[in-house]
Amino acid sequence: MEGGGGETMDEMGGGGGGAGGNRAGGGGGTGAIAEQIDVESYASLYTGHTKVARLHFIADYCNVRSVELEALRMAFEEIKKGENTGLFKECVEKINGRLGPSHTLDQEWIDMVERRAAQRQEKLETELNGYKTNLIKESIRMGYNDLGDFHYGRGDLQHAFKCYVRTRDYCTTSKHIISMCLNVILVSIELGHFVHVSNYVSKADQTPDVQDPVVVAKLKCAAGLAYLESKKYKLAARKFVDTNFELGNNYIDVIAQQDVAVYGGLCALASFDRAELKSKVIDNINFRNFLELMPEVRELIHDFYASRYASCLGYLQKLKPNLLLDIHLYDHVDTLYEQIRHRALIQYTNPFISVDLNTMASAFKTSVAGLEKELAALITENQIQARIDSHNKILYARHADQRNATFQRVLQTGSDLQRETKALLLRANLMRHDFVMKGGPKQQ
Amino acid sequence: MDSLDALVAQVQGFSGTDDLLHLFSLLKQSDELLHTHAPRLQYALSSLDPAKHSLGYLYLLEVQSSGTLSQEQSENFLALASTFLNVCIAEQICLAPEKFNMVCRRVKEQALQLQEPLRAILPLQAAIRKLQPSSEFLTAMHADFLQMCLLAKCYKASLSVLEDDIFEIDQKRTGLVPRDFLLYCYYGGMIHIGLKQFGKALEFFQHAITAPATVLNAITIAAYKKFVLVSLIQLGQFHDCFVQVPLFPKYTPPVVQRNLKSCVQDYVDLATSYVTRNIADVKGYITTHEDAFKSDNNLGLARQVIASLYKRNIQRLTQTYLTLSLQDIADNVQLDGPKEAELHILQMIQDGEIFARINQKDGMVSFQEDPEQYNTSAMTMRLNLEIHNIVRLAKKLTSVDEQVSCDQVYLSKIGRDRPRYETEDFDIVPQKMYTNL
Repeated sequence: MEGGGGETMDEMGGGGGGAGGNRAGGGGGTGAIAEQIDVESYASLYTGHTKVARLHFIADYCNVRSVELEALRMAFEEIKKGENTGLFKECVEKINGRLGPSHTLDQEWIDMVERRAAQRQEKLETELNGYKTNLIKESIRMGYNDLGDFHYGRGDLQHAFKCYVRTRDYCTTSKHIISMCLNVILVSIELGHFVHVSNYVSKADQTPDVQDPVVVAKLKCAAGLAYLESKKYKLAARKFVDTNFELGNNYIDVIAQQDVAVYGGLCALASFDRAELKSKVIDNINFRNFLELMPEVRELIHDFYASRYASCLGYLQKLKPNLLLDIHLYDHVDTLYEQIRHRALIQYTNPFISVDLNTMASAFKTSVAGLEKELAALITENQIQARIDSHNKILYARHADQRNATFQRVLQTGSDLQRETKALLLRANLMRHDFVMKGGPKQQ
Repeated sequence: MDSLDALVAQVQGFSGTDDLLHLFSLLKQSDELLHTHAPRLQYALSSLDPAKHSLGYLYLLEVQSSGTLSQEQSENFLALASTFLNVCIAEQICLAPEKFNMVCRRVKEQALQLQEPLRAILPLQAAIRKLQPSSEFLTAMHADFLQMCLLAKCYKASLSVLEDDIFEIDQKRTGLVPRDFLLYCYYGGMIHIGLKQFGKALEFFQHAITAPATVLNAITIAAYKKFVLVSLIQLGQFHDCFVQVPLFPKYTPPVVQRNLKSCVQDYVDLATSYVTRNIADVKGYITTHEDAFKSDNNLGLARQVIASLYKRNIQRLTQTYLTLSLQDIADNVQLDGPKEAELHILQMIQDGEIFARINQKDGMVSFQEDPEQYNTSAMTMRLNLEIHNIVRLAKKLTSVDEQVSCDQVYLSKIGRDRPRYETEDFDIVPQKMYTNL
């Protein structure tokens, strides 16, 4: 775990330096995290398992002792409210006595919870068996559901998953199906099995009469997360920006409203073109509500759209340390940032016939040499149709000559056709005469 | 009059068109007789005219050249054979392609023994033309001829033969064996490498690799090794052809597809390091595996791979930059300095591989677009020629198609394989099928 944390730090230091050096380096970066992340207010956005998971994640990755301990302390208190003894032990191990005697292994509590849990499990199982022998569908479903809830509470996700999935055979109304799907999705997200998430989201989507806007919004968020995890940023962005604001605080055991704004906003910037960005994000009254919760994201999207790239990239850089501590986003931050930057560069060059690299470099707060390298890479990938006049530091747009290109292609296709046809004719004759290279000494 | 004289007289008497088949059967029976009189064949040959009595001459010459020959004898044989191959009558020698092939092979062997491959080139070329019913036929001499050209380093001499597209393979008329075909492809590819026509070379090697086979053989492996190197030089990449992009057509024999890669690991690794475009890596790889390349006689080709990487990297720059200083080019391409970069660019401009101007005053290179506008009459001619070629090819394709659809064997096979419908089949066959029947 410590190793992972160190790596993240390095990347962040590098990123900070690359984008105009508004931060001195690794040491400065650490300070920024410590200042910026307010663990308490962050944690207050969430409830349930995700709160603990996120706190643990921060403790593992932030690399700042005070933040780490703060996160662990809150996690400790949160866990104590539930009955997940396994997680409790783990947490205490992480704290390792650093928070004084009040946060040590409370064996008495563990024993008590475990005893109670064992009793409860036994009771639930007997109940369920009773329902099964009586073949009362609805009761069996309830029984499985209760058992699932119990396992989920205990942190036994695999069993919880199995129980929830089993309720499927006993669902009689679409409402049941929806609640089954939501349960499975919840567990799968926590397990990190995002294939199940998208499966069950589509299952829920196919269910008729899903009216409840909260349910719809929850499903969109879950689908968005699944797409994000599989790096399909465009699809993820579509799901997030379509999410109803009715979501409110109803899904904070998975995702907060602020997260919808951040995930949706970044994915949209990285994957939407200008028109889509305008229609689906900026003019989207619904999504605007989310953005109001994260003014920085709102500002940076508007800056991007208004081509104020320096300020946009500045906002991004400020957000980065926090995003790297987000349990879902941290893996994608670098990719998304890279794509946003590329999109900005492409968009900047698009309307011009020629661009002065000095002006452009100052717009992006970077050096001319660095910019030249970035542009060269984009040109090689055929993302920008232009060529660099390295002598005068000017970028010239390049318009492909359709006529010449067609001629070239025609000639190429012609010669390919001839070559392949000849090869096939020859081959046909080889086969006709059964001209096969066989083993054995008779060849000689 | 002894039996040899009698045979000579028969050859002289029966060389007319009508009696040729009779003579052919006579000669076939007199093999033993010729062997017993081997020492006297010299004189017998001198009384025959190769331009008239070609079939008899062929038989005598074949026997005369069997066994080991002294230097004098082989000189003598080469002289006789050269004249014979030049003047012999095609319809006579076509009766005995095996004998003819054997004489040609002896010509090659003797030329090799005298270490004068040059002397076999023209006779063999003549021999190919004599035996070929048309220029589309492959003969057993093709491979030997190309080998001689390679050894004599007379690549240009082979072009007249190599430029003919080969379609026809006919074992009965030319006495070919599959090995001849593979060797033809392999040597042909090598000659194209020698002439720096890498595209053509790839085509030839591909024929060798995709040729039908039930076993992996050394020629295929050698061809594949060269194929990898040449495709790096020519295309700048070598797709992992059996996994990702099917560089080879589907009909590549499965045994080749399965086993080839493991035989040429060094080459595949080189290709992998080539794609990174890092000159130092590629150079390092070739140096550490020098022995492997050397033992395959591919070291020179491997060095050309390095040179091609420089070129390719410079060409990539022309896509990205309008002007760039020589120093920057040298840095980008990993050349030693501006001087060397200048040399490379000069060479490439000369070869028409890039379009650029060097300004020596400030050491800047300005890259230009391809000046070809496709509006010259030469270009029109070229297009016209290509269209004609394609039309001709299309006609050929149609005629082959017709041939196949009239082919007895094909039709009977198709008839047999066509499914006969059982009564229960009719239940599952959709209604549409009935209307087609």
